[in-house]
Amino acid sequence: MKVAIVKYNAGNIYSVVHSMKRLGVEPVVTDDVPTLRSADRVLFPGQGEARQAIGYLREHGLDEVIRSLTQPVLGICIGQQLMCRHSEEGDTDCLGIFPVDVLKFRPTRHEDKVPHMGWNMINSTAAGNFVDNSFVYFVHSFYVPVCEFTTAVTDYIVPFSAALHRDNFYATQFHPEKSGAVGEEILRKFIENP
Amino acid sequence: MLAKRIIPCLDVKDGETVKGTNFVNLRSAGDPVELGKLYSDQGADELAFLDITASHEGRKTFTNMVSRVAATVNIPFTVGGGIGELKDVDRLLNAGADKVSVNSAALRRPELIDEITNHFGSQVCVVAIDARQDESGRWTCYLNGGRIPTDRSLFEWAHEAQERGAGEILFTSMNHDGVKAGFANEALRRLSDELCIPIIASGGAGCMEHFRDTFLLGHSDAALAASVFHFGEIGIPELKHYLKSEGITIRL
Repeated sequence: MKVAIVKYNAGNIYSVVHSMKRLGVEPVVTDDVPTLRSADRVLFPGQGEARQAIGYLREHGLDEVIRSLTQPVLGICIGQQLMCRHSEEGDTDCLGIFPVDVLKFRPTRHEDKVPHMGWNMINSTAAGNFVDNSFVYFVHSFYVPVCEFTTAVTDYIVPFSAALHRDNFYATQFHPEKSGAVGEEILRKFIENP
Repeated sequence: MLAKRIIPCLDVKDGETVKGTNFVNLRSAGDPVELGKLYSDQGADELAFLDITASHEGRKTFTNMVSRVAATVNIPFTVGGGIGELKDVDRLLNAGADKVSVNSAALRRPELIDEITNHFGSQVCVVAIDARQDESGRWTCYLNGGRIPTDRSLFEWAHEAQERGAGEILFTSMNHDGVKAGFANEALRRLSDELCIPIIASGGAGCMEHFRDTFLLGHSDAALAASVFHFGEIGIPELKHYLKSEGITIRL
């Protein structure tokens, strides 16, 4: 099993590397196109700002590469948002794998704090394969609205896409690598049988 | 609903946990990595590691420990203690920490908060505040683990920290710390109701009801404790089941 993690200017990729090692997989962190294309699985994780991240990916030709990958690809957090059509963060055109626009949380009540940070519940849609009411770990200020590709929904300020799936592309807004046993199981499924 | 968080805190000196523990099933009760893993397996929502080493050599040991925690634990963790400048933050985040907590250095030089959040984002920056309430009811911030008083008020400083980009406030009441009679819920409630970032309650946990009270009365988003967990006085699974039975949103 060859797992490649897309190397770009987004932070906190180490935790994803460690999560793979805990599953017995030794991932490569790379921006080398042949390595990315030949991997069995590609992870596209990270924390960061959309405009800077997309700028870096374009500069390095990685936007086209990610879009054209044919093996199972999993975007995490900012990775999920970058796989959408457009992000309100920095008014940024993104990769367009999921034809939906990323919006900023607009809280109306004091107790709805932004960023949405901490453990919240996911519920599977009919298209999804998640365990209902399991808690996973989120850190984000922008969200993907529920759309036809949504596979899990979380309700915070508004119901939003906690996970997406289209063809060989998978994505989660939450951090499976930081979501305890539940997250580990999600990553295991992606590696063994997406 | 966002779950309320339970955060065990481990004091670390020269790579070893300082307070003793009752956990007989650990190979080395003094190994913070193993203890952290145990808490994580028991359902802790987050971990905090506080470096109380002063020496340069100890710092290096702590950074190595952070890397080992990152490799072992699959929940978020915060590290603090002795963070004075951006390069300390860079070193600890690079070692795999999810968040850093800053305390005295930020009080002395508040721009540190701006620097951290501009470089790494608000979500990594926890501002820890140690404060004491005097007879007149005023809450004053202290430096160096509660040894040196300042003229800053708790609420004024917490607001400034938020303005500068802090992602969370970790408030320890020196009046309540170690007393085991409950958290400083009145002050916590005021912080939580005035600020729009999460508030972590610290200092005063003695029994399970104290956790319930800080969530319901103190409006805290998370509760941090050390000795009640380390000495096995409160088990995390029991605590979380209890809180859920009290109607609090909790991850089980």
